[in-house]
Amino acid sequence: MFQHYLQRFRERLVEHIDGPLLVITLILMAFGLATIFSATYDANNRAVSQLLNMGVGLVGMWAVAQLPPQKLMRFAVPLYVVGVIMLILVYVIGIKVNGARRWLPLGFTRVQPAEILKIAMPLMLAWYFHKYEAVLRWRHYLVAGLLLLVPFGLIAKQPDLGTAILVGAAGFYVIFFAGLPWKVIVGMVVAAGSAAPFVWTVLHDYQRKRILTLIDPTTDPLGSGYHIIQSTIAIGSGGAFGKGWLMGTQTHLEFIPERHTDFIFAVFSEERGLLGNSILLVLYLMLIARGLMITANASTLFARVLGGSITLSFFTYVFVNMGMVSGILPVVGVPLPFMSYGGTALVTLFIALGILMSIQSHRMLVKK
Amino acid sequence: MRYRHTPLHTQDTELDRFRFRIGFAASVVVLAFALLAGRFVYLQIIQHDYYTTRAEDNRISLVPIAPNRGVILDRHGTIMARNYSAFTLELTPSKIANLDETIDRLGQLIEIQAKDKRRFHKLLEESKLFESLPIRTRLSDEEVARFAANRYLFPGVEVQARLFRQYPLGAVASHVLGYINRINKADLDVIEASDQSSNYKGTDHIGKTGLEQKYEFQLHGEAGYEEIEIDAGGQAVRNISRTAPVSGNNLTLTLDAKLQEITEKAFGDRRGALVAIDPSTGGILAMVSTPTFDPNLFVDGIRSDDWDLLNNSPDRPMVNRALNGAYPPGSTFKPFMALAALELGKRTPGQTISDPGFFTFGGHTFRDDKKGGHGLVDMYKSIVQSCDTYYYMLANDMGIDNIARFMGPLGLGQRTGVDIEGESEGVLPSPEWKKRRFKNPAQQKWFAGETISIGIGQGYNAYTPIQLAQAVSALANNGVIYRPHLVNYITNSKTGEKTLIEPEPLRTLPWKQQNIDFIKKAMVGVNKEGTGARAFAGAEYESGGKTGTAQLFSLKGADYKSGKLKQELRDHALFIAFAPADHPKIALAVLVENGGFGAQSAAPIARMVIDYYLLGKSPAGPAQDVETPSEED
Repeated sequence: MFQHYLQRFRERLVEHIDGPLLVITLILMAFGLATIFSATYDANNRAVSQLLNMGVGLVGMWAVAQLPPQKLMRFAVPLYVVGVIMLILVYVIGIKVNGARRWLPLGFTRVQPAEILKIAMPLMLAWYFHKYEAVLRWRHYLVAGLLLLVPFGLIAKQPDLGTAILVGAAGFYVIFFAGLPWKVIVGMVVAAGSAAPFVWTVLHDYQRKRILTLIDPTTDPLGSGYHIIQSTIAIGSGGAFGKGWLMGTQTHLEFIPERHTDFIFAVFSEERGLLGNSILLVLYLMLIARGLMITANASTLFARVLGGSITLSFFTYVFVNMGMVSGILPVVGVPLPFMSYGGTALVTLFIALGILMSIQSHRMLVKK
Repeated sequence: MRYRHTPLHTQDTELDRFRFRIGFAASVVVLAFALLAGRFVYLQIIQHDYYTTRAEDNRISLVPIAPNRGVILDRHGTIMARNYSAFTLELTPSKIANLDETIDRLGQLIEIQAKDKRRFHKLLEESKLFESLPIRTRLSDEEVARFAANRYLFPGVEVQARLFRQYPLGAVASHVLGYINRINKADLDVIEASDQSSNYKGTDHIGKTGLEQKYEFQLHGEAGYEEIEIDAGGQAVRNISRTAPVSGNNLTLTLDAKLQEITEKAFGDRRGALVAIDPSTGGILAMVSTPTFDPNLFVDGIRSDDWDLLNNSPDRPMVNRALNGAYPPGSTFKPFMALAALELGKRTPGQTISDPGFFTFGGHTFRDDKKGGHGLVDMYKSIVQSCDTYYYMLANDMGIDNIARFMGPLGLGQRTGVDIEGESEGVLPSPEWKKRRFKNPAQQKWFAGETISIGIGQGYNAYTPIQLAQAVSALANNGVIYRPHLVNYITNSKTGEKTLIEPEPLRTLPWKQQNIDFIKKAMVGVNKEGTGARAFAGAEYESGGKTGTAQLFSLKGADYKSGKLKQELRDHALFIAFAPADHPKIALAVLVENGGFGAQSAAPIARMVIDYYLLGKSPAGPAQDVETPSEED
C-alpha cells in the first residue's frame, strides 16, 4: 500500500519534468555553485544562499511544468497588464538605487517589475498571435511591435539596458517565430544600422562611456574601463586549463568586480581555462538545442512561438553575458543563466524552464 | 517561396516555415557561440602569455593619487586657502587583527590622546573596508623617525605624507571661504551624480560650505594614479609607473583680504554683517559675518567639543548673516522709496509736506521718531533727517503694488545668485506674497494699513545684507546691476588660462539720470549734515549714506532709550553707503544686530571700511559707537 503511494508520488513528481533539460541545468548549477563559492568564500559566502534560491527555483519550475499551455495562456494578459502598470508606477513611487529607478516598494518588500516582463512579454505576444492565428495580417505585427516597445522603452528609461535588451529580445523572438516577413527583418537591420548615430544621442552618459571604453578600455582605467580590463585579464590568464579552483589571482586579489553576479564567468574562466569554457559552451548549446527540439515538436502556435522565444532568450543571456565579460560587447547588467548569484533572476529562469517542460509534456493534444 | 509572407493556407506550409525559422535560429546560435569560442581561444591561447603577465602585474595595483587642491587668493594675490604636506600615522583596520591593542602599543611610541582615539573610532564607523584611516596627524620629524625604527612591530600601520588644507588668515573670511571636511555619504551621492566617482577615488576631503563647496569641482583637480607592484600579502614592493595628477584650478577673488580683516576687526564683538561691492563690476570687496569661526578646525575632522562650542553658541557663529540673515531694512529703504516716487511721478523733489510727528490711517497712529515732527519736509530733508511721516504718506499714495514692482528689479526679496550656496530669499512684501505665505484665508488679505509701515522699511520687509548692498550698488552705478560675486577669475592650473566670472551686467534699470543724481545728492547730505554726519565728520572724500534702524521691539508711546533696554531687545542698526560720491568705487551695507540706531553703531563701521579702502587708513581698534540724539534716525 505504502509502496503504491510512494510509486504514485514519484510518478507525479517526474510526470511533467523533462529529463535532458533538468540534467543539463543541474550540471550548470553545480558549476555555478562551485564558482560562487570560489568567488565569495573569503568574504561573505553566498553559495549556501544560492542553494536556497535554487531550491525555490526548482519548486517554481515544477509547479509551472504542471500547467498545460492552455492554462498558461490565461496568465498572459493579466500578467502583462500588471507588469506594465507596475513599470509605470516605478516612475511615480519607485526607489532610486545607484542612480537608476528600478524598484517598486510593496510595503513588506520591494520588487523589480522589469523581471516580470521577462516572462510576461513572450507570454503576451504568444497569446496575441495565437488569438489571430487564422487571420494574421500586417497590422497584427504592428500591434505586436507596439506591445513590445512600450515596456521596452519603460525599462530602458529606468535605466536598465540589460533587462530591456532581454525583454525586447524575448518579444522579438515571438514575432520572428510568428512569421515576421524576412524583408521586414532585413529592413529593420538596415534601419538599425542607419539609426545608430541617432541612438548615440539618446543614450545615457554612462551607457556611452561603456561603449567608448569597449573600444578602448584604457581611456578610463579607474572608472568604467576597469571592469573590462580586469575581466579580460582574468580570462586570458586562465589559459587552456585554468589556474585551478580557488586559485584565481584576479578573483582572490579582488580585481574582478561583481564577481559572484554578472562577472562570474570571469572567475570561472580564470580558474577553469579554455577547457572549462568549452564545456560550458557545450552545455548551453545542449540546453538551447533541447529547447529548440521541444519547440519544433510543439502542437500549437502559442506553444511554438513561446517555446522558441524562451529558448532563444537563454541564448541571449549567455551571449550577452559572455560577450561583455570577454570584452566584445558593452557592459550591461545581464546575468549568466544558472551560474550568476541572485534569487530573482534565477527564479525567473526556472519559471521559463518550467514553461518549456510544460510545452514538451503537454505536446499531445489528446492525452495518452 | 517559403519566405514570402502570405496569409496562412495550410497548416503544413506554416509548420515548414516555422521549422525553417528554427533552423535559422539554430545556425545563428551556433555562429554566435563560435564567435565566443573564437574570442576565448584568442584570449586564452594566443594572448595567454600577455594576459598572464598582466595578471602577474595585477599584483600591480592601481593606486589613485589625489590631486593638489586649488589655491584661493584674494584680489591682490594674498593666499587665503592653501595646502601643506604633513605626516600622518594611519591604520588599515582590515589588516590589523586587534585594533585596540595595536593602538595601545602605538600610544607608547607616539602620543595618542583620547580625542585622537575618539576621532579615529568615528572615522572607523564611516569608513570603507580597505581604507587606511589617520589616528594622528601632523607628526613631528622625531615621531616619524621613532615609528620608522619600530615599524616591523606594527603591520597595517603606516606613516603617510598627506596634504592638508590650511587657511593662513585663520578666521578671516571664514564664511566666504567655507571649509573642507571628510567626504560623507551625502557627498558621495553628489560626486556620483556629477559623474566624478573615479576622479574622487583617492580624495577623502570635500568642500562643505562657502567657496570651497561652490567651486569644489574647479578646486579639486584630476586624480592621477600610480601602478604599484604588491607582493602576495598585499605589501607594496616597487612603483611601476605614475600618471601625475592635475592640480585643481586656482580661484582669484574680488575680495580684498586686508579690507576683510579690517572690517571684521571694526565689528569688534558686535554680531552683524557687512557686504561691500565694487559697483562697476559687482565684485564683492568684503563680505563679513560676525562672529567668525576658524575653518582650520574642520580640516581633519572637528573635535566634538569645538563643534559643540560653535554650534550651541547663542551668537550662532556658523550662520552667514550676510546671506542668510533677513532683516527689515528700516530707514535705509527710504532712498529707494524716494527714487520710486520720482520715477513714478508720485512726488517732485520740491513738494513739501507738513510733519506733525505722526500719521493717522484708519484709526491707527504711525509715529515719527522725532517728537513734534520735522516741520515742513521736502524730499531732500526727508532723506537727510530720515523723516518717517513723509514716507508713511508716500507709501500710502504709491500703494503696495507700485512699491513691490519698483523694488523687485532692484533685486530685493530675491536671491542675488552670489557664488555661495544656501542664500536666503528675504521678503519683498506684496499681496501676492502674502497669499503664498499664509495658508489661512483670513491672513491672506493685504490690508492698506500694512502698506504704511512698508514705506519706512518695517513691516513684512526683510532683506539680506547682500541684497541691500546690491541695491546700493545699483544706485551708485546709475541703475546698471551686476550679479554680486566673490570669484573674479579661475586660473586653469594646466594651461594658465583665466576664466572671468560675471563680467557682464545683469540688467540696466530704466531710471532717469536726474532722479538718480537727486537721490545721491540727498544721500551725500546724510553724511554731511544729516544722520550720518557724526560718523563721517572730517572725511577726506565725499560719500553718500543712509542710516536705518530695524525695530524689534515696539514701544507703545513710551520713549525709546536704547541704553536702558536689554541688549537682545535693542533694535538692529543698519547703514548703507557709497563713496566717492561722484564716481563710486565702493558701495556697502552694514548691519549690526541689536546695535540700536544705525547712526550709532553701524555708520562708524562703514566709515572705517571706506577710510581703509579709499585712503589706506588702518584703524587702531574696533569702531566706537557714536552718541547720537535718538530722534535723528
